[in-house]
Amino acid sequence: MNHTSALAGEEGYNFAFLDEQTKRMIRRAILKAVAIPGHQIPFGSREMPLSYGWGTGGIQLTAAVIGRDDTLKVIDQGADDTTNAVSIRGFFRRMTGVRTTERTDEATVVQTRHRIPETPLSEGQIIVYQVPIPEPLRWLEPRESETRKMHGLAEYGAMHVKLYEDIVRYGRIETAYDYPVLVNGRYLMRPSPIPKFDNPKMDRMPALQLFGAGREKRIYAVPPYTEVKSLDFEDHPFEVERWEQSCALCGSNDSFLDEIVTDDQGGHAFVCSDTDYCTRRRAAGHEGEGMPEGYLQPSEAAEVLHHPPSALRAPSPSGGRDSDLPPEGEGGAQRRKGDASSGTAFRAGLRP
Amino acid sequence: MSEQAVLEVRGLTRRFGLRTAVRDVAFELWPGEVLGIVGESGSGKTTLLNCIGGRLPADHGSVMYRTAAGYSVDMLALPEAERRKLLRTEWGFVHQNPRDGLRLDVSAGGNVGERLMALGHRHYGRLRQAAVDWLEHVEIETARVDDPPRAFSGGMQQRLQIARNLVTHPRVVLMDEPTGGLDVSVQARLLDLLRRLVREIGVSAVIVTHDLGVARLLADRLLVMKGGEVVEGGLTDRLLDDPHHPYTQLLVSSALSV
Repeated sequence: MNHTSALAGEEGYNFAFLDEQTKRMIRRAILKAVAIPGHQIPFGSREMPLSYGWGTGGIQLTAAVIGRDDTLKVIDQGADDTTNAVSIRGFFRRMTGVRTTERTDEATVVQTRHRIPETPLSEGQIIVYQVPIPEPLRWLEPRESETRKMHGLAEYGAMHVKLYEDIVRYGRIETAYDYPVLVNGRYLMRPSPIPKFDNPKMDRMPALQLFGAGREKRIYAVPPYTEVKSLDFEDHPFEVERWEQSCALCGSNDSFLDEIVTDDQGGHAFVCSDTDYCTRRRAAGHEGEGMPEGYLQPSEAAEVLHHPPSALRAPSPSGGRDSDLPPEGEGGAQRRKGDASSGTAFRAGLRP
Repeated sequence: MSEQAVLEVRGLTRRFGLRTAVRDVAFELWPGEVLGIVGESGSGKTTLLNCIGGRLPADHGSVMYRTAAGYSVDMLALPEAERRKLLRTEWGFVHQNPRDGLRLDVSAGGNVGERLMALGHRHYGRLRQAAVDWLEHVEIETARVDDPPRAFSGGMQQRLQIARNLVTHPRVVLMDEPTGGLDVSVQARLLDLLRRLVREIGVSAVIVTHDLGVARLLADRLLVMKGGEVVEGGLTDRLLDDPHHPYTQLLVSSALSV
């Protein structure tokens, strides 16, 4: 494999930013991680052109596994067009020249922060999670030497103390994200801060799951079709979040919903957190109750954002209160700039 | 006695650099017996206890323990996984400072239940009931089962620590100055409780203390340590009423009597 010279997307850089030695080092760590499901493997995490906490672990994993034939999808909180997703996708487009997509089923590599796509992943796909803190026992035991010993001896009873405390305080297990799981009946693992809604998707997933923590310098993995069990009590079994509402845009009532504040009068609406899933459902003819009156509809938002600043006043996105808009030249220019880089105006309008 | 000793310590030695903290200590602990280890501070009592309890590696010697299953193992030579398993099921360790032995941010119930959860108990209702029962045993109001120990008084914390250790019905409990730092009335209550629990559960215990009064009340047998060595041993009443070794005589005569 020799990706030097003209194959790279950006002149002066190796394909996918990292040099080949570093990629090999990361791949070796990935192989170990796959061989021992759920076990954290230390690796020589590199400085990336991104601050810690923004996905330096995930970005290194993606760089190490991505090839020229891959199609990349990047999501942040389920959405393809949030800051983190847009900048990481842009980074790889420049550094590799590979095709990027928003469609889950088209992607071969999915890098994610805080969600697993609603569309089931299939064999041959890789999902890369960005992990802030890889150690599930950190809450109970601050000493790294001791947590390693606990992992080594599979002494995980203390983890249930945390869940016990939840029930004591709230009457049920309140841990809603980063919900601890036992992988392959052996290693306790933090699934990164995904909502526990996504935990069942990890169990026996046909795709390869890779987890990277850049600051903490750890890689771990769940190979395809591996058992991933969420911890619970016999009389307080594991259960996922449910909503009384359905998505205001696509009407879905089995996907993870975000609550969106729509005005300053207490108005709010629930929409799918997975934008790709929501968009495709709407394309297939599904429809929800719609956003509250006066709220920017997706098509309008696109229109607004494609017009020059002076035209921003016309459709009046904030329900007729023009004065709420930022002054021209500042806000207007920023909006159009954001549009140019993200390509999808709708979410930008939806979440100011 | 036809019974076999539950614990047999042989030639236990621990050095810190050139200093020998514990030299060639040997004793036996019989089922249901409470053994007191007395001596002034710096005499190696706590180091001895830590070596037996596996909290400090010993340089020489063996700690033969007869398990509940009936076979004999050397705690110091056992693979770490098995040793730690025995330590949290068949052994208990009560620290002088309850803060070392408790999770202060976790409710009293969680503290008591932790050992059970480590053993694989996964039923919240039963875990909580076990905690309530044990709080009753150690005379803590059961209404406080959900309060964190940081909200408890020193005496309550100490009693909670004892409950946390006894919940798995251990066979050997090591106690390091369990009454240290408590005022006398609380001490008396704790001593009563310990005496009752030790008799009820039939646990064998090693209690390290510098307080001869505590030793007299609790221990069946005493070892006197000085400079890392056991200088005298025997039945508590015999030893305290008729000390032979000059150091023991000094120790007994220095004890205040009101």
